[in-house]
Amino acid sequence: MLSQIRPALVMTALFTLLLGVAYPLAVTGVAQLAFPWQADGSLIQDRDGTVRGSALVGQPFAEARYLHPRPSAAGDGYDASASSGSNLGPMNEDLKTRVAEGVAAVRAEDGPGVIPADAVTTSASGLDPDISPAYARLQAARVAQARGVAVEQVQRILDRNTEEPLLGFIGQPRVNVLMANRDLDAHLPAR
Amino acid sequence: MNIQGWGEIALTLGLACLLGRPIGVYMSRVWNGERTWLDPVMKPVEGVFYKLGGVDPARSQGWLGYAGALLAFNLAGFLFLYAMLRLQGVLPLNPQGFDGVSPHLAFNTAVSFVTNTNWQSYGGETTMSSLTQMAGLTVQNFVSAATGATIAAALARAFIANRGSGVGNFWADLVRTTLWLLLPLSFVLAIVLVGLGVTQTLAANATATTLEGGQQTLSLFQTASQLAIKQLGINGGGVFNANSAHPFENPTPLTNLITAVSINVMGWAAFFAFGRSVLAKKEARALATAAFLILFACTAGIYVAESQPAPALVAAGIEQPVNMEGKETRFGLAASSAWAGQTTGASNGSVNAMHGSLMPLSGGLTMFLMALGEILPGGIGSGIAIMVVMAMLSVFVAGLMVGRTPEYLGKKIEAREIQFAMIAVLVLPLAILGFTAIAAVLPTAMEGLLNHGPHGLSEMLYAYISASANNGSAFAGLTANAPWWNTTLGISMLAGRFVPAVAVLAIAGTLVAKPRLAPSTGTLPTHGPLFIGLLIGVILILGGLQFFPALSLGPIVEHFQMLAAGAGV
Repeated sequence: MLSQIRPALVMTALFTLLLGVAYPLAVTGVAQLAFPWQADGSLIQDRDGTVRGSALVGQPFAEARYLHPRPSAAGDGYDASASSGSNLGPMNEDLKTRVAEGVAAVRAEDGPGVIPADAVTTSASGLDPDISPAYARLQAARVAQARGVAVEQVQRILDRNTEEPLLGFIGQPRVNVLMANRDLDAHLPAR
Repeated sequence: MNIQGWGEIALTLGLACLLGRPIGVYMSRVWNGERTWLDPVMKPVEGVFYKLGGVDPARSQGWLGYAGALLAFNLAGFLFLYAMLRLQGVLPLNPQGFDGVSPHLAFNTAVSFVTNTNWQSYGGETTMSSLTQMAGLTVQNFVSAATGATIAAALARAFIANRGSGVGNFWADLVRTTLWLLLPLSFVLAIVLVGLGVTQTLAANATATTLEGGQQTLSLFQTASQLAIKQLGINGGGVFNANSAHPFENPTPLTNLITAVSINVMGWAAFFAFGRSVLAKKEARALATAAFLILFACTAGIYVAESQPAPALVAAGIEQPVNMEGKETRFGLAASSAWAGQTTGASNGSVNAMHGSLMPLSGGLTMFLMALGEILPGGIGSGIAIMVVMAMLSVFVAGLMVGRTPEYLGKKIEAREIQFAMIAVLVLPLAILGFTAIAAVLPTAMEGLLNHGPHGLSEMLYAYISASANNGSAFAGLTANAPWWNTTLGISMLAGRFVPAVAVLAIAGTLVAKPRLAPSTGTLPTHGPLFIGLLIGVILILGGLQFFPALSLGPIVEHFQMLAAGAGV
């Protein structure tokens, strides 16, 4: 085993240079040339260059004129520097309380429609960018009222922001909350 | 449950197995030192490693020399990573300004990445600097995977040898697996993933002004380069705390499919590579069939259990009480269930849904899959190696029934091999049940629990199963960043990795010296349905039965509590 000390140390050093420095930097170099927007986090900017978020990462919304995202367990909610799920077990009493409170809150805002599960559950990352089309539909009336427009106009925007599963079966149908809200602001500004 | 969901699960599991075949042929060529199209690029690099390391790659080592080299290399990797973690605060490329980590966390993390476990007692984006992620953790993602592959390569040489002595050269196997296989595949996969939205930048953060006027800080990192080898190397340690549920690590259903397939493809490839290297393709296909059947059955069970009404939502009067707690909208139940099965069947441990929030029986099934010893298909090489141990135990059991000396792949299986095989197999229950029993009566340990009752026991049991089986996923309610948990989980990882590794190499050492026999009429065929059935039986009894009492007290009790509370089924 003593004779193996030299190769052990030398190879650890060489692998660190090759796999820990050259490889990630080479990937970064190619990525920044070929896909700079994705590599930097798919950031959404206003015309003046202000960064408004990432197309891939959820952000908090509380105002009535916006679609609301799912509850979040990341930091104080949608903390994109501290991703986390709730990790509560299915029978956990805190989870039951939290879901019951969530149902009451959604009822108070959006009335007596059918509440889909994603409206009252936290995602795995706490940064889920999407909601189900059902939860988006449930919120359409409130958003329309806050913007002083017809529900159909809001629903049309939600529909065109709905993404279907790949090839019909890979993934789930979903509405990206940030992108839909930007679309709402652009085409149905609050009066 | 719906037909689309079943289709998604079948596609994900099946595609990994199918793609494993061509990659396995290539892997076997690399192990055997045959010519490949990458030779012009990699030969000069390979030469530098041997020259500076003072290694003669053509010199075949005995099993002790091979095991000694393996342990020496892993010890060096551990010390190097430990030092880097402790000194993180003063090392460069730390735009996050993170301090060095505590001794017990550094021990746990260094062991975790060297043993290919990737258990994470920390949150990635709140603890590890850019330098640690790239030059520390990424490096071990590669070489710990390659270390696993060397075990299978040595075992294959032992079976094919006829009264031989050496099992190959550890350094050559290590370097060749890394340069010819893991590095090029990871590079291509990383670029593809960036194109689909995974981040890859030296910048630490981006700051956004949200639509409602708040501030949002987005952690970025060089995610793709680490993610690619995290999946292909069957490591599982995420750049971010939320692992492959994080939108920057897994932004779309397509990246989810690609990275889910990547969890299993190299494990299957090692099955087929072993078969090609020992001229026993039919037998290797039988091993793969047995593994695939168990994996598919358990994954299907997870999907069925996840599709039952979630108790908290039933209690709140939700019309469609889908268990979306801890799941991402874009993946849903099917893709989350497929991933849960794959990541625990392989020794990967990355997650795209939080296992601690799975329904009781699906949580139990993920524990069961890990407890089978990570052979479905397990890590690169380490999976097939333990699978061959299971096959040897199967022919031994059959041999006992008919009173003949058992043979496997042309080698007589005798007392020594079975002794080492039992050591390889029994270290898991010893570490898992032993430590869980102690933790369950130790107040220091119990302080880490988030959930109590049966789910609390599951958090502890899951942790020790995951660590000992070198998986790395968690019921993450457990706050494991404390001296007791970091230390004992570290010991479990070391035992679960190196005891079976050395035992398998010892088996290789005894087999290599034996003559290679031609099959006779008395040889039990080891490729037909009868053998597959026997093998599945041995795996389930050895792996399953000994953990059944513990699982009864955790997930199974929780399931019945749920039924009694009027939710579910």
